[in-house]
Amino acid sequence: MNDMTPPAAVQADLFSKFDPLIETRRALLATGVTDPFSLVMEKVLSPTTAICSGRETILLGTYNYMGMTFDPDVIAAGKQALDDYGAGTTGSRVLNGTYAGHRAVEEALKEFYGMDHAMVFSTGYQANLGIISTIAGKGDYIVLDIDSHASIWDGCKMGDAEVVPFKHNDIEAMEKRLKRIPEGAGKLVVLEGVYSMLGDIAPLKEMIRIAKENGAMVLVDEAHSMGFIGPNGRGVAEDQGVLEDVDFVIGTFSKSVGTVGGFCVSNHPKFEIMRLVCRPYVFTASLPPSVVATAATSIRKLMHAGNKRAHLWENSRTLHGALTQLGFKLGTAEPQSAIIAVIMPDLERGAMMWEALLREGLYVNLARPPATPAGMTLLRCSLCAEHTAEQVAIITGMFERAGKAVGII
Amino acid sequence: MDRAATAARIAEVIAPFNKNDVAIDETTSFAGDLEWDSLTVMDFVAAIEDEFDIIISMNQQAEIETYGQLIDAVTKLQG
Repeated sequence: MNDMTPPAAVQADLFSKFDPLIETRRALLATGVTDPFSLVMEKVLSPTTAICSGRETILLGTYNYMGMTFDPDVIAAGKQALDDYGAGTTGSRVLNGTYAGHRAVEEALKEFYGMDHAMVFSTGYQANLGIISTIAGKGDYIVLDIDSHASIWDGCKMGDAEVVPFKHNDIEAMEKRLKRIPEGAGKLVVLEGVYSMLGDIAPLKEMIRIAKENGAMVLVDEAHSMGFIGPNGRGVAEDQGVLEDVDFVIGTFSKSVGTVGGFCVSNHPKFEIMRLVCRPYVFTASLPPSVVATAATSIRKLMHAGNKRAHLWENSRTLHGALTQLGFKLGTAEPQSAIIAVIMPDLERGAMMWEALLREGLYVNLARPPATPAGMTLLRCSLCAEHTAEQVAIITGMFERAGKAVGII
Repeated sequence: MDRAATAARIAEVIAPFNKNDVAIDETTSFAGDLEWDSLTVMDFVAAIEDEFDIIISMNQQAEIETYGQLIDAVTKLQG
């Protein structure tokens, strides 16, 4: 090396910001527990059972609320679309990516919700990201629940509006903030029907009334309620009789509908302009033809799924009652949705309990901060209309044995 | 309300949140010196907003790192 060589530049490692998380993960796995975030399903047998690590496992953490993933009509529609239209569209919705199937699924959504407009995105995440960031821009105000989903927060950040959170489900805190917004500013209130971490529902009736009294538009994410809450499965807003007052409903195909995709339905007279100005809609490829065909078939079947809805509620009530009786601490005192969150004392025992359940042959979601509120570790269970009463009884027994083995009950 | 009066009222609001009795001056930082987590920050912001009947949006909060900057911002937001 001679003196002319310039000194090597010091390279700051952009990954050093992840060191605390890397350490938390290392410490957890060092206890010998199975990694809860790298489970592989080797074979999926039905909406409620799969083979995981060679063992038949009951699925209780899939959001597959209505069990549509293996519905014969849904599968037949997907296969037909693969044959007729090919594997993918290779294009944006506004260019070469709108096929007859994309229009058909939007028609199905309009009928399902009884609304004038429907716009389908490639994922639910993109639906929130796109709609929120596009309608609430610089100078506008977004008032939202502090426990909102990541896709809502990311939409807020992308759109450059003033973001004003309020305490979870706190009607008074929401109203105070709305009243302090400068006169004349655009206002969007963002709420969720079911909050997915604890499975609790929002007091939409009061909140939407107050939002309207204060001149705000209202967006409600019904991702976790579509298909089974409300007389027609339209969600919590329908159940509380206020769907008419919701300006934008956001939903997903990846839960009750049983495939992937996201959407917004609305009665706003100018809604169609969103197709030209909403970047997460324009600058991405559209859903494959098989996916929109399965979604449209599933949505139409969900319009007439009253019996399945009733059975899912029965499952939710039965498991909620049984786990309460066993002494587990749950996210809600009464079952409010198809999500039952079992509160764990800490991450380590949560991971132990998760593993003990997996050994019993039960899969649930391990949820941890920052996804969870108040730094909680949760075992989140989501029930399916296809879970039989026998399966719910088996699940209860598994929780009892695992809970005693880990020392939680 | 002038800056001194605003500072006095903020001092009253912050007391119950300062669980470790950290000595607070204008340069005290919320994340560094007070070691508040995001939930404490949220509750504290809500308390300040209610005390002064103002909104401190998340966008504005991002600009407020120290106690002195908070006093400046609240003084300004009261108009």
